[in-house]
Amino acid sequence: MTTTLVRPAPPSAARVALARTRLELRLFARERQQVVFSFAYPIVMMVVFGSVLGGDVLPGGVPFPQYFLAGIAATGIMLTSFQSIATSIAAEREAGQLERLQVLGTPPVAYFAGKAGLVLVTAAVQLALLLPVAHWGYDVPLPAAAADWATFGWVAVLGSLAGTVLGIAVAGLPGSAQSLTTGVTAFAVVLQFFSGVFFAFPELPGWMQQVAAVFPLKWLTQGMRSAFLPDEAAAFEVAGGWEHGRTALVLVAWVIIGVVVCTRTFRWRSAER
Amino acid sequence: MTTTEWAPPAPTTADAPAVVVRGLAKSYGGRAVLDGLDLEVVRGECFALLGPNGAGKTTTIEVLEGVRSRDAGEVRVLDADPATAGRPWRARIGVVSQGEGAAQALTVREALDHFAAYHAGPRPTAELLAAVGLEEKAGTRVGRLSGGQRRRLAVALGVQGRPELVFLDEPTTGMDPVARRQFWELVRGLRAEGTTVLLTTHYLDEAAELADRVGVIADGRLVEVGPPAELGAQLRRVATVSWLEGGARRSVRTEAPGAVLRDLLATTPHEVPGLTVTRPGLEDVYLQLVGTPGGEQ
Repeated sequence: MTTTLVRPAPPSAARVALARTRLELRLFARERQQVVFSFAYPIVMMVVFGSVLGGDVLPGGVPFPQYFLAGIAATGIMLTSFQSIATSIAAEREAGQLERLQVLGTPPVAYFAGKAGLVLVTAAVQLALLLPVAHWGYDVPLPAAAADWATFGWVAVLGSLAGTVLGIAVAGLPGSAQSLTTGVTAFAVVLQFFSGVFFAFPELPGWMQQVAAVFPLKWLTQGMRSAFLPDEAAAFEVAGGWEHGRTALVLVAWVIIGVVVCTRTFRWRSAER
Repeated sequence: MTTTEWAPPAPTTADAPAVVVRGLAKSYGGRAVLDGLDLEVVRGECFALLGPNGAGKTTTIEVLEGVRSRDAGEVRVLDADPATAGRPWRARIGVVSQGEGAAQALTVREALDHFAAYHAGPRPTAELLAAVGLEEKAGTRVGRLSGGQRRRLAVALGVQGRPELVFLDEPTTGMDPVARRQFWELVRGLRAEGTTVLLTTHYLDEAAELADRVGVIADGRLVEVGPPAELGAQLRRVATVSWLEGGARRSVRTEAPGAVLRDLLATTPHEVPGLTVTRPGLEDVYLQLVGTPGGEQ
């Protein structure tokens, strides 16, 4: 065996990202509570709201369950991305797991990519369970046109990534993992109301709409409506249309700006003593 | 596999020192933890930083690892400033910090296999398991390991990437005597491969056993550096002659115990009761150096 004296270059960020994604999925599968919560929450919400308000009809003649499916699909993505990522990063940091990654010289973007990989897989499973329940349980028509499915796809992916980035950013705020979890949960609940998950967005006060427009969830929900509601319903949106271009722009901006900012400001350790 | 062909180069005396520290200062909230610390570690040696809790050992080692900022001072580790060094530099150092930093739900083997992906040419998992004596725990989840077993996993993770310089921060805390001896063997094995080792400890026997040189740290400064046997040479010259006189113990501290004894024997016609002549051991020297109230003043 020949021995060379030149140290090979460290593995690429992509290789580390792949290992991170595998690890995240394995750890997720071992958290039984988290698995049940992530997959059951949107279904339970669909059942509760579908059963109570199933007979209501919203502007444009859209039955409530159809409108609500868009909202709850968006919320599910927001919870598996924003909420679970923010809390898991804070917990990992507090447990010293991020210190190990730091001394290994892990590129932050590889760590982020592992989180994003987890989010994309869990969001896909979550939606794959939710849609049949809505369709067969509450007669929500699923999109017939391939274009609507394509919209559903890119909105779901961009929404997942934007939510992940928001979660990473929020995980950088000071405070203990416990206080961060509380704050993130409260923020997520408020954001859901502001973003038109539970109510028809156009009926919300203008200032709420404007606050919501800063965050990804409003755009994610609106994008989901454009996939699940009939085309005529577009007229009842605040802007009088689905705004696909603006939705894509806002979500992509969140991802790109978020990754750049988070890569520079990410903290591997709790604040110095 | 090409990955197994690589080995770190053996250090030579022509190399620059592995670690050079000049005037390192660091304070937290106005309290100075490090106050002008100087330190030099030669390539290939094992250097032990010895000191009481809170003396600044961990802060020093974290600055050298590039994970903690410093307020002042010059620091070179493997010819780079740790505060700005990049990933290729990190690949050359190994860190065993006070936690193992692996997810609790992973088994020991899964943790080692996972972290192998961060290194070019890592040590094989089986070799690491054997080296730290965790073969029988390979299938056990990290969260179910004992404190000593976690330390061993931390050590395995720290040397996984075949580092040229290893930082060991209180590596044997919580280990039983058998595990400690096994760990010492591991460190000797690393050194045989030419790895430079910088460890912190508050066990004197560990420092004496492993280190070529020991640096005693107290109040944020290095108060003495030397081979363990020569540590505190000044202090060791002082012997204590002690005997019983009229039922009470008398002690004389002197650099010339022979002269004291001659005088004593000349003035005492009978046997001197309770006569002892003692020189300070490593522990006494250490306690004096760090100024602990328990040490002889």
